[in-house]
Amino acid sequence: MNTWTIAKKELNSYFRSPIAYGVMAFFALIAGYFFYVAVVYFVRRGIESSMMGQSFPMDVNEFVIRPVFSNISVIGLFLIPMITMRLFAEEKRTGTIELLLTSPVSDMSIILGKWLGGMMLYGAMLLLSAFSMALLFAYGQPDWHPIVIGYLGLLLQGGALLALGTFVSNCTKNQIVAGVAGFAVALLLWVIDWVSSFETSITAKVLSYLSVLQHFDSFSKGVLDTKDIVYYVSVIFVGLFLTARSMESLRWRA
Amino acid sequence: MIKVEGLTKRYARKVAVDNISFEVQKGQIVGFLGPNGAGKTTTMRVLTCFLPPTSGTANVAGFDVQDQPMEVKRRIGYLPETPPLYPEMEVHEYLEFVGRIKGVLANDLTRRVNEVAEKCAIADVRKTLIGKLSKGYKQRVGLAQAIIHNPDVLILDEPTAGLDPHQIIETRELIKGLAGEHTIILSTHILPEVEQVCERVIIIAKGKLVATDTVANLTSRLRGAETVAVEVLAADAASVQRSLEQVAGVSRVIAGAHRDEKLHFTVESLEGRHIRPGLAKAVVDAGWQLNELHAVGLSLEEIFLQLTASPDEHKEAAPVEPVAAPAMGSDAQ
Repeated sequence: MNTWTIAKKELNSYFRSPIAYGVMAFFALIAGYFFYVAVVYFVRRGIESSMMGQSFPMDVNEFVIRPVFSNISVIGLFLIPMITMRLFAEEKRTGTIELLLTSPVSDMSIILGKWLGGMMLYGAMLLLSAFSMALLFAYGQPDWHPIVIGYLGLLLQGGALLALGTFVSNCTKNQIVAGVAGFAVALLLWVIDWVSSFETSITAKVLSYLSVLQHFDSFSKGVLDTKDIVYYVSVIFVGLFLTARSMESLRWRA
Repeated sequence: MIKVEGLTKRYARKVAVDNISFEVQKGQIVGFLGPNGAGKTTTMRVLTCFLPPTSGTANVAGFDVQDQPMEVKRRIGYLPETPPLYPEMEVHEYLEFVGRIKGVLANDLTRRVNEVAEKCAIADVRKTLIGKLSKGYKQRVGLAQAIIHNPDVLILDEPTAGLDPHQIIETRELIKGLAGEHTIILSTHILPEVEQVCERVIIIAKGKLVATDTVANLTSRLRGAETVAVEVLAADAASVQRSLEQVAGVSRVIAGAHRDEKLHFTVESLEGRHIRPGLAKAVVDAGWQLNELHAVGLSLEEIFLQLTASPDEHKEAAPVEPVAAPAMGSDAQ
């Protein structure tokens, strides 16, 4: 109940500030561009192969939907720190955190509420890309299952990064610091598996497992893999748990 | 209603609050007085469950702040030094939000918001964005926020800081109006505020409790001896001093700066004696002209300075300011 109240308040303040519009406009632009490129590439290849008399497998899911989902998941890395940076940093700077912490609301409700608020904005942002997907249905017959799974994957990946970003935002009262540090964490979790391309040791495997994007692969293919779901859900738990610990330490230090 | 025992709050390097104990009865307005950095805010933050105490206990409305923080939070309304406002919200939206997280029932919410808006005189700005309000209005929205759930205890941290004189008066009236229904602790470093608003005063300095009493008691206790400034127009300073010393009840006469024939004296009385009529009579009877005669009363301001000054400052200050000397002994009472 309190969680929902706080989530609504967060969503509300996103849309009262330029953040929501900035993030959504940026996302619509980039995601739209990716979609455009994927479709054009798909159509060109289709024409070329039919001219050469070959039968090219015209699979919309494989050549349009999958790359678009992969690209969207990368944009998430850049946009999610912008969503999370103000969550706690702003409240700490203006002192409104005192209102929340002296209200009969548990720390976890506050944290979940804020995370959920971020999730709702992220969800609204993803909804913009559904327009592109709808176009595919208007002009072709793509399989809808991979699309649903892809969106589920995006939500899980977004949730994981939002949880980590929430934690980062709780560590500082400066929004910019929270944004930059959140981006650094997201970026690190992206590139951390690069080491596995030239290394096959256990360390490399572990690092590769930690990578956020690596786990999105299966979702973009339309495959539900328990391993990847477990990864994202655990990161969400770790992020929110760390936030709770950080809140507690705030009480002892402040 | 509030009971604090042996409360200590230690930060990494310094002790912010050192072994403070006090009690506040139901329905009282208590002034929490101290210089900046005395530990007022820290004590309030412990009472509101924002900070845990290092040692000691604090009990609000029968609940311990550490054992049952949720119960305490339900019964406390808190206005921090900077009102905790979301500038992007409209006033009524904000009050509804606070009402919800403070546990006001959904059915009562609209009624409560209207009530507190009325009480805090912000009904006319209900649809305004908080960010666009003036400082005085913001402060009143902050007060409205603190009373939205009709708490037993109201804790206000420097509620008049940064307001213009007109707004200060309005805010004080508002706070006085809230007394009775709520037990109020209000912190301030502005003394007239305490004299005007509060029934009891708790003075702390450097984290330690210095005095706790009613405003009237504190003033009279420290005003045991009277100090009177006298200006006489006469030629012979020595004889004026002698005759003043002979007035009944005078403990000593200190000669001040004499300019031409205007002679200045500071006269101190014995404990509990009124010497002004005697002094006037002595001067007039001797045929000198009495230019000025007034009691150098100890305002709460001076009491406060005496109580909160550190011992070293006392030593330095004493020879320069003999006026302050008699009252100093009485803070040992």
